[in-house]
Amino acid sequence: MSAASAAAPAWWNDRDVRALILQGALLVFVVALGFFLFSNVQTNMAARGLQLGFGFLERAAGIPIGEHLIAYTPADSYARALSVGLLNTLRVAVIGCLLTTLLGVTLGVLRLSGNPLLSGLVGGYIELVRNTPVVLQLVFWLVVFQQLPGVREALNPLPGVYLSQRGLKIPSIDWNSGLQLALVGLAVALAACWLTVRRARAHQARTGEIKRVWPICAGYLVLLPWALSALAAEPVNVSMPVLMGFNFQGGSELSPEFAALTTGLVVYTAAFVAEIVRSGIQSVGKGQWEAARALGLSDGRIMRLVILPQALRVIVPPLTSQYLNLTKNSSLAIVIGYQDLFSVSNTSINQTGQAIEVIFIMMTVYLALSLLTSAGMNWYNARVALKER
Amino acid sequence: MADAALTVDAPERPRLTLARLAARARERFFGTKLDAAITLLCLVALYFAVPPLANWAFIEANWTATAAQCREARQGACWAFIGEKFWFAVFGLYPYELRWRPATMLSLFAIMVGISLFRRFWSKTLVWAWVAASVVMFVLMDGTLFGLEIFGAHVPTRLWGGLTVTVFIAVFGLATGYPLAILLALGRRSHMPVVKWFCVALIECVRGVPLVTIIFMAAIMLPLFLPAGMTIDRLFRIQFAYTIFSAAYLAEVVRGGLQGLSRGQYEAAESLGLNYAQKMRLVILPQALKMTIPAQVNTFIGLFKDTTLVVIVGIFDFFTTLRAALGDPNWMGFPNEAYVFAAFVYFVLCFGMSKYSQRLERVLSPETRR
Repeated sequence: MSAASAAAPAWWNDRDVRALILQGALLVFVVALGFFLFSNVQTNMAARGLQLGFGFLERAAGIPIGEHLIAYTPADSYARALSVGLLNTLRVAVIGCLLTTLLGVTLGVLRLSGNPLLSGLVGGYIELVRNTPVVLQLVFWLVVFQQLPGVREALNPLPGVYLSQRGLKIPSIDWNSGLQLALVGLAVALAACWLTVRRARAHQARTGEIKRVWPICAGYLVLLPWALSALAAEPVNVSMPVLMGFNFQGGSELSPEFAALTTGLVVYTAAFVAEIVRSGIQSVGKGQWEAARALGLSDGRIMRLVILPQALRVIVPPLTSQYLNLTKNSSLAIVIGYQDLFSVSNTSINQTGQAIEVIFIMMTVYLALSLLTSAGMNWYNARVALKER
Repeated sequence: MADAALTVDAPERPRLTLARLAARARERFFGTKLDAAITLLCLVALYFAVPPLANWAFIEANWTATAAQCREARQGACWAFIGEKFWFAVFGLYPYELRWRPATMLSLFAIMVGISLFRRFWSKTLVWAWVAASVVMFVLMDGTLFGLEIFGAHVPTRLWGGLTVTVFIAVFGLATGYPLAILLALGRRSHMPVVKWFCVALIECVRGVPLVTIIFMAAIMLPLFLPAGMTIDRLFRIQFAYTIFSAAYLAEVVRGGLQGLSRGQYEAAESLGLNYAQKMRLVILPQALKMTIPAQVNTFIGLFKDTTLVVIVGIFDFFTTLRAALGDPNWMGFPNEAYVFAAFVYFVLCFGMSKYSQRLERVLSPETRR
């Protein structure tokens, strides 16, 4: 009896008890700190004649915002102004991620080119861009876009595309019943293509015979939108920008700030994506190419069916963090004067003094964006990941 | 004849003649039609890009002219502008007669970096030397020790600027963020749920939001959280934000190292009767940290580039100071020179670090380590 009790450790040496005490102490510390900070905030806000709360969101903001995707005037509320800022952030993030993927994959493949001149040039670009701060690059692109010629001498690299100090003018399609029906047609055509491909796959699995599906799909994609839009009262109308007096009429406009921000972020992030794509393709062994050739597959099929699925496993996780980085870096818009969520929040704080509430909203929104992006990419990653038994 | 027979045994290595070199070049640059087309396109692009750039940056550049002469010869770059503003970009508004202090601080930093580059000096002593050096660096910049002005006048942080501030933020962000990162990484792997979830929440929240919002929070929101009458200097608030940010990112790198160790290491340490602190300090962390040094350097490059973000709260780091120099009425209109020079400085530093990390990766990789 006494021997057993002597062998048992004292309670303060018991691991579980220690863990409990440590966690309890942390909990008490966090709660106490929170309480202390909260009471400080209340005193400080009261001293400045402010009240903690989200009531200010209803008040008129009076912030002029040049670019807005939804209707907005300075007389609208702070809630509306912040939404406009969020949509501007999303616009940069979505367009930026798409363009980054295109540019990054292209550069990654070119980096692997057998031609030393080409791969060397791409390598130089990647090193130059990766090793300079993104703020510096954004400011550089803004200077580039501001040094473009005036409206009357605008550069015209493609028909309907004008580059000038005022930004980028591109043709746009009017939102009318013709376009709406064409979009419906496009959706139907996509569904039809999906069905066709599924049936062709089933047919191949059953008989081993490969059917050509792309002419049928192309037919659907061209004919259905065209036929449906022809039925509409208003035809699909492409609005081309035309120089009238001192500015362009028609088309849609991208401001120099938006253009500089998007270009800067795309150029910067694409360099990282290119390295990810390169290492992904290199991670697939040479034996895979040889084995696929031995099966008699064509080069295109080898890439699509054998190499890409394996490379994607390596590419997707780091690609996700690059998308996240681009979205987060879009908050640097404030440096070059594009009004995104961060910039509008900043102005709101200066006008209302409700720093805590606005920063809370801003951080929650960025956190939600990050979590949504990673959730989406994790879902995609689970699809491409190696399925082991 | 005997000589000839002997030489045949050695494997014949083709001599590198001019003809062979040309043949190899032809094969690599013009092997197929596609290759030839690519090579020609690249050459055309180079022809249009390189000569005008070289002309601007070197041939027509003005190295010692005055602003008026530069404006007159509007052909090349005006590097005289950089020459004029160089020391301003290094020291900012730091009082002129006290510039020897940031200069000493930067030299000390350079010496410490120089020593740390060599693996032969990696030891616990070096870590303590860094701690001591950062204290000395701080005292040099601030000028006071325990309230005594030991190096001449006290210089408030609003007068600090330029490269000194960039180095200051980066060094102290890392020096304070690194221990915090280790604690966070250990906490995230802890079996205690409260500790674990506290660390997970902190790391993920910091990594999920842009650095500018954290800097912003420190600049604008933190004063509201302090008791009435208590203030913290703005630069130190930003420093605090930067520390938390770098700790969260480094914690994930360290966690990778902790996960990369085999279970056997943990079990062996426990079977020796080591307690948690001894196990981590003597067995686990030395291996985990060493394994992730290349990843740590890469993270550090990113963090170093991110020091430029302090521009949004009006702190004058190297880049912002150089931009401020553009506002000098005597030297109006040389933005390209300023941006190219800033890019050059950041590029040299970051490229150097990334090359160094690649070399370390080769040296420390398990295949080459014995």
